[in-house]
Amino acid sequence: MKAESPGSQVVAASPGRGGTPAEEIALREVRHAFGDLQTIDRIDLAVEAHQVIGLVGPSGCGKSTLLELICGLRDPGAGSIEVGCQAAAEGRLARCAFMPQRDLLLPWYPAIDNAALALRNQGLRRKPARAAAGALFERFGLTGFEQARPAELSGGMRQRVAFLRTLIAGKPVLALDEPFASLDAITRAEMQEWLAAALRTDPRTVVLVTHDVEEALYLCDRVAVLSARPARIVAELSAPAPRAEDRDAAVTDPAFVAAREEALRALREGSR
Amino acid sequence: MRRWLAPAALLALLFALWQLAAETEAIADLLDLEPFLVPSPTEIATALWENRDLLADNAWVTLREIVLGILFAFLVGVGSAVLMHRWQVLRDAAYPLVVASQTIPIVVIAPILVVWFGYGIVPKVVIVALVCFFPITVNALDGLRSVDPAAIKLMRSLDASRRQRFWRVEAPTALPHLFTGLKIAVVIAPIGAVFAEWAGADAGLGRLIQSDLAYFEVARQFASVAILSAIALILIGLTVLVERRVVRWR
Repeated sequence: MKAESPGSQVVAASPGRGGTPAEEIALREVRHAFGDLQTIDRIDLAVEAHQVIGLVGPSGCGKSTLLELICGLRDPGAGSIEVGCQAAAEGRLARCAFMPQRDLLLPWYPAIDNAALALRNQGLRRKPARAAAGALFERFGLTGFEQARPAELSGGMRQRVAFLRTLIAGKPVLALDEPFASLDAITRAEMQEWLAAALRTDPRTVVLVTHDVEEALYLCDRVAVLSARPARIVAELSAPAPRAEDRDAAVTDPAFVAAREEALRALREGSR
Repeated sequence: MRRWLAPAALLALLFALWQLAAETEAIADLLDLEPFLVPSPTEIATALWENRDLLADNAWVTLREIVLGILFAFLVGVGSAVLMHRWQVLRDAAYPLVVASQTIPIVVIAPILVVWFGYGIVPKVVIVALVCFFPITVNALDGLRSVDPAAIKLMRSLDASRRQRFWRVEAPTALPHLFTGLKIAVVIAPIGAVFAEWAGADAGLGRLIQSDLAYFEVARQFASVAILSAIALILIGLTVLVERRVVRWR
């Protein structure tokens, strides 16, 4: 794995640039349209290094598009996006690891090769790539499943392999598109706890797209609520206890419940 | 084992009926023919055995035409599918031509090819390749186009080059489709070879069937047909075998 320290690198690379020095992601007046369909309407957003930001919005509001724009998979119709001071799509692509909505594990590879995909793409040979990925299998609760085909894994395990694949790319920014949407409620809660723990030990800048307000408020430091299409930010909240060790206690805490109500209200008003 | 039982039983039943109908001369009477024009399965088997050297020599000629034709179609077909997938302009330009290639009446083009390339193996390989090219190319191209766009986004985000995207995502996605095309190709290849030989050949099962017609060697004609069917069956069996080895994730 690349041992990068994204925060310090940003500081070093951006003397005198706009925003706070540790700003990892900066969106300025971003607009986007598919043909005549305006999907994103003037979004300004700044994310500091190692901060986890949630993007919550109604289905089809353009939050996935926003994530693809940040990752450099698309260029915005108007406005600017910088990730680690890289404004060009290629530069953003190099600094972001994208985890798509479905796990999209490649069925022709065993779990270990799926996890090691980024390392192989970066030019590492199969053996060292497998060794590097295999070293993390225990931490991800995947020991013994190295050679299993994706079809043989449970939903939660597939999601963990997908996340390991994203993490191992060694990028400073993780862009997660509804990573747990396909899981059942119990597995989803487990995976949220698991991701919280993973981010406690290995902090990253994360952009988490979800339609689950509770998930966003539990996992993120800040949550931006988006309106229905064309998406704009209608409310920004800070989470009371991000990634708390005791999830059940955290989500029933009065401050959390109040924040959730506020987010839901903003979501409802923005959907009109 | 059980999977083979039902078709084998049906085949045995059909052969038994045929045997009965031929021996009692029921078919010959019905069609008002000389009995020797309607050989029974046992007569065909006898012809197959008695002419084994002649049939083997001619089968070898036809088999070579078939295998070379398929190989040629495979290389050209996969190559053009990859190129058409890579360059949209090329696909727009060439795809109609690929479809048009399938509308060429083989019966008409075969004699022209004989005029051009002579009585040797070349026109036969071209004809076989021509009939096999379409299913291989179209299926390979469909396979390449069936790649999930999200998987490509994922690969781009995970630092994959275009070449890595092709070998790690696009090619494996296309493989099952390619095998579908191959299975169709190997079954129609013997038919193409027979047509090609009819247009002008000095050896081969198609040529033998044609000359046997002149001498009313009906039993030997059926023997040739049986060998052609066997070739097609063996080729498709081999294709399925390779598919199972290669496409293990299905």
